[in-house]
Amino acid sequence: MLVKQRPDAEPAEVRTRPLADGAALGVALKLLGIGPLLILILLVVGISLATPNFLKPVNLGNILAQTAVIAIVAIGQHLVILTRGIDLSVGANLALATVIGGLVYRLADSGPLVMAAMLVAGGLVGAVNGIVYVFGRLPHPFIITLATLSIARGLALELAVGHTTMRGMPIEIAFFGGGSTLGIPNSFFVVFGVAALVLLMARAMVWGRWIYAVGGKPEAAVQMGIPVKWVLVSVYVISGLCAGVGAIVLAGRTEAASPLYGNLLELDTIAAVIIGGASFLGGRGHIGHALVGAVMIGVIRNALNLLNVDVFFQMIAIGAIIVLAVEADVLRNHLEARVRVMQSGRAS
Amino acid sequence: MTAAASASTVLSASPVLAVNNAEKRFGAVHALKGVSLEAYRGEVLALLGDNGAGKSTLVKCISGVHGLDGGEILLDGQRTAIHNPAAARGAGIETVYQDLALFDNLTPAQNFYCGRELSFPSWLPRGMRLLRRRAMDREAAAVIDRLKVRLPRFDAPVALMSGGQRQAIAVARATVFARKVVMLDEPTAALGLREARKVLDLIAQLRDEGNAVILITHNMEHVVELADRAVVLRQGRKVGELRPSKANQHELVSLIVGAET
Repeated sequence: MLVKQRPDAEPAEVRTRPLADGAALGVALKLLGIGPLLILILLVVGISLATPNFLKPVNLGNILAQTAVIAIVAIGQHLVILTRGIDLSVGANLALATVIGGLVYRLADSGPLVMAAMLVAGGLVGAVNGIVYVFGRLPHPFIITLATLSIARGLALELAVGHTTMRGMPIEIAFFGGGSTLGIPNSFFVVFGVAALVLLMARAMVWGRWIYAVGGKPEAAVQMGIPVKWVLVSVYVISGLCAGVGAIVLAGRTEAASPLYGNLLELDTIAAVIIGGASFLGGRGHIGHALVGAVMIGVIRNALNLLNVDVFFQMIAIGAIIVLAVEADVLRNHLEARVRVMQSGRAS
Repeated sequence: MTAAASASTVLSASPVLAVNNAEKRFGAVHALKGVSLEAYRGEVLALLGDNGAGKSTLVKCISGVHGLDGGEILLDGQRTAIHNPAAARGAGIETVYQDLALFDNLTPAQNFYCGRELSFPSWLPRGMRLLRRRAMDREAAAVIDRLKVRLPRFDAPVALMSGGQRQAIAVARATVFARKVVMLDEPTAALGLREARKVLDLIAQLRDEGNAVILITHNMEHVVELADRAVVLRQGRKVGELRPSKANQHELVSLIVGAET
């Protein structure tokens, strides 16, 4: 009969599974949670044993300075990935921002003005990404950010009219990108500032909760009355702004603008977020993941340099680590499903 | 089409929710063809029908997920436009969707308040306000306690909870915020016997608190046990309305499948 009641199967193995199994699952999930940080610590210990130069203050300062740009842009990328998206345009966006900053610098040697120009340029590209993705009803942000990658890079080359570097930056920008305070690179403080700001917005503000809801289950977010479209636009704008901040730091460190900057930065930042432990499936992750991932990439590159391993191998190593990180994510989902089954066994 | 005995004599009060001549099309599919129904406070109304009869579509129109192409919705006698889910919730209509609309990555308390977070200061735009986390945790915990829902942990994401626990969270969420109407789309379909029993108890509690409850289910025993009235849809039309009982269970089933003789 159509409406006959199904004989609901009772969970058969309620008491047969030992409690220790549940405890083990819990420990495994915890380990997966802090795994990336553990791996980073192990890496640092291992590398410092292998090469004594690694822990020297000068080298640590180098790592911080080199990691700063990846870290800042990865902070924006992690918000996008939290909403199940991806921003491929960040590297080209950063290059365009430096070039526009360089052009403004030629007109006026004003730090605030050049910085504002870079931030506006970055934010605008982000806004285009978000608005076209959402209101153009694209199925996935991959295509639009791929398009703006191409457009921004082309525009940067066009505006630089054949120059690969445009020398000169206002001293304020050089201060943020290249200066240091008490032996710590100023770019580190920029990372810290951006991280603190984004952390506050993502954790303490209603908007941040909405990001996690949209990433967790977009359809449900609509049903719960969350302004999903504007939440999506906002994360791309912030990702673009982060690329603008990255542009300030990079242009400051090199005291130059270039349409070639930020090549493959999109891959580094996506890798950082995933290696750091955020979920590619959306809704899970926090700023710590982006930062740990960025530092891990910086440390690996630096160590392989110190150990005279060639550049091609660095790419292979980072690729292999991405595979591990994604597998860890899959494993985490699998373990959570196991926990769920155990819960229904215990429910009474 | 001969409708079965109406139950309109029982309730003197005016309906809290009335749908008049609802029409809905999806392209060539005519999903609702002039459906009308009324729901009263303190009453469970079963919405029955075979798959594709239009039950879920009707619920989604009332909850603001879809807009009606024709007809009207009255709340407490007032014609009300429900353009989106937020408007429905604002009007006091809560929905427990078939897929629960729970966020796996959020905790029970975060799920409770998702989309209507307690926050301050009120002069800022909603998204920019700061969360009142402790207040939300406290309130949600109190409700979960009052409804005697047992959860393994209150601070873990609901991804780690069983089907019954998740269903209970979704129903409890509706309990807190409902002021007029609660609609539940197949709330017991995926549950074991004991877990289903828990959810039925929660539904009875919703009714006792003075809500109009609209229940979609395929389980005739649950209908007979809980529902005061049953409305049957078939192919987008209302084909009957009666008071379910053990005696007319067969009549209900034939209305649903259209095997009426």
